[in-house]
Amino acid sequence: MEKFTTHTGIGVPLRQSNVDTDQIIPAVYLKRITRTGFEDALFSAWRKDPSFILNKEPFTAGSVLVAGPDFGTGSSREHAVWALKDYGFKAVLSSRFADIFRGNSGKQGLLAAELSQDDIELIWKELENAPGTEVTVDLVSKTVACGNIVAPFEIDDYTRWRLLEGLDDIGLTLQHEADITAYEATRPSFKPKTLPARLSSAG
Amino acid sequence: MAKTLAEKVWDAHVVRKGDGDGANAQPDLLFIDLHLVHEVTSPQAFEGLRLAGRKLRRPDLTIATEDHNTPTLDIDKPIADLTSRTQIQTLRNNCAEFGVRLHSLGDAEQGIVHVVGPQLGLTQPGMTVVCGDSHTSTHGAFGALAMGIGTSEVEHVMATQTLSLKPFKTMAINVEGTLRPGVTAKDIILAVIAKIGTGGGQGYVLEYRGSAIRSLSMDARMTICNMSIEAGARAGMVAPDETTYAYMEGRPHAPQGADWDAAVEYWNTLRTDEDAVFDAQVDLDADTLEPFVTWGTNPGQGVSLSESVPSPEDFGDENAKAAAERALQYMGLEAGTPMKEIRVDTVFLGSCTNSRMEDLRAAADIIRGRQKDPNVRMLVVPGSARVRLEAEAEGLDRVFKDFGAEWRFAGCSMCLGMNPDQLEVGERCASTSNRNFEGRQGKGGRTHLVSPVVAAATAIRGTLSSPSDLDPAPESAAIRTDAA
Repeated sequence: MEKFTTHTGIGVPLRQSNVDTDQIIPAVYLKRITRTGFEDALFSAWRKDPSFILNKEPFTAGSVLVAGPDFGTGSSREHAVWALKDYGFKAVLSSRFADIFRGNSGKQGLLAAELSQDDIELIWKELENAPGTEVTVDLVSKTVACGNIVAPFEIDDYTRWRLLEGLDDIGLTLQHEADITAYEATRPSFKPKTLPARLSSAG
Repeated sequence: MAKTLAEKVWDAHVVRKGDGDGANAQPDLLFIDLHLVHEVTSPQAFEGLRLAGRKLRRPDLTIATEDHNTPTLDIDKPIADLTSRTQIQTLRNNCAEFGVRLHSLGDAEQGIVHVVGPQLGLTQPGMTVVCGDSHTSTHGAFGALAMGIGTSEVEHVMATQTLSLKPFKTMAINVEGTLRPGVTAKDIILAVIAKIGTGGGQGYVLEYRGSAIRSLSMDARMTICNMSIEAGARAGMVAPDETTYAYMEGRPHAPQGADWDAAVEYWNTLRTDEDAVFDAQVDLDADTLEPFVTWGTNPGQGVSLSESVPSPEDFGDENAKAAAERALQYMGLEAGTPMKEIRVDTVFLGSCTNSRMEDLRAAADIIRGRQKDPNVRMLVVPGSARVRLEAEAEGLDRVFKDFGAEWRFAGCSMCLGMNPDQLEVGERCASTSNRNFEGRQGKGGRTHLVSPVVAAATAIRGTLSSPSDLDPAPESAAIRTDAA
């Protein structure tokens, strides 16, 4: 994973709450077996509407999405994060993220920064009054800067550290492989195993 | 220290205690007892293992099936859509390469992953269960800590059989009283979501408690836990009891003999301690609950079926007001329209929320001997091939077919509009599934979430209806005629 320390780019105000992952990427795009190439799929239904924010200049070149509360709800599809990244987004700001989306973002180096809704409103106004204004997201100081606004954001310490260092999650866990092996030895025998397969006798 | 059910299950799975506070403090590392895999969220994870030269650590705790992307017609023919066929074939290749048990299309145990796990007896109380699917919360009905994960975490579980998890808060959802006839588990959970909102459960594990929950069957408890994610909670749980054990006993992977006794002894400890404290509490009165239905484009936008479409002005919060306006426009609804006057084009009975035997039986009991509205198309998609076989053994397929419904093969189908079962632009659907998002069931489609009995009554009248709106069925047909 690439390290993330700070990013500056055009902010995109998405004045909408409950942006679920079906909106971020509809299910039809989930048939692909790759991890990249989803830029065309991002918000594909909404992008058919010429007035949608990502169809307007200079927002097409945006890289910081500023969204309403409850962003990324619904399906666990990590494709939502891949699509945002493939389009060019480096960070998403919201006052509340769905848990799974936030987790997926952290694994993929997309910064999900939680701000107060008041600060989101201020940034929306700034971006709407002066389209093309850049937003700086600084993970070191945990602040967002936009015009004259400087606002703190929340992110859990562990995700922040992994993003700053660009560390692979699986590699970190495998450092504790001995603990896993020790735990496995303590599991009771009544816990089920999928193998060998046992099948229903009926039907 | 007194603990909640969720805390007990968590504590029993800690492989390595977290480092506490601090900039690089790793959270608790938890062991995963069961990993369910399907074709859509796994290919990139398998590829990740391959690229890193890693093995899948515990094939014996992993099971795969095909559900999201499979057709529900002509399953004996090659899948027509080439991209879908490639994805399914990729799962088959990956399972063969990594030694994972797979139930493919055509197999009697194939079906929606959250129907398959419990029916095989693989889902048991006190387990940790994960799957690259947000509705993994379903398995919480057994008193398991079950949660949906993304593909990176799928790969992590494949490689390590563990997950690093941030601590959660606990919320008790107390449902006391007795449900009235025609009111079901689906109405309970839709009412809970309307009450706490789509973000209300965020950061929490929900525990459903109270007399109304205790009296529910396992199928019904699964319906409730299934939609915990729609309230923002990653997991929902019900403490195991005699109902749970009766369901488990004799299932292929249920413990046997001395193992069964040891298991039950352990399962009996999986109850929230009397003096344990929840971080939050929500109360719902089962006695006064009515059939519930959504009017908008998120599962929190719901009302009782006897009410009317709300007005954006009814919402104080500016974001909720704007969301309501947008939802009404998308749904093609006028504020103030009685919900029961809304006409639908399609009725979908299926999904991991409501596609089990009890759901099919309840719907069949409503439609038996009655006529379908000729303008309504009804799709019945059993949750698994096993459910389909059982339903056919009871003659339910005949009931649905005689009614004019389409009797399909098992899968996720029209719940998520990934396979060919999709709504057309502007088409309105009463659906027993879990999400009414814009375009969820097909681009431009409009979804009203309902229970199986409301779905059945709606198929008869053509407008959103509860069973109590129906004329009495003809005498002779009201008696169940088991065709088997």
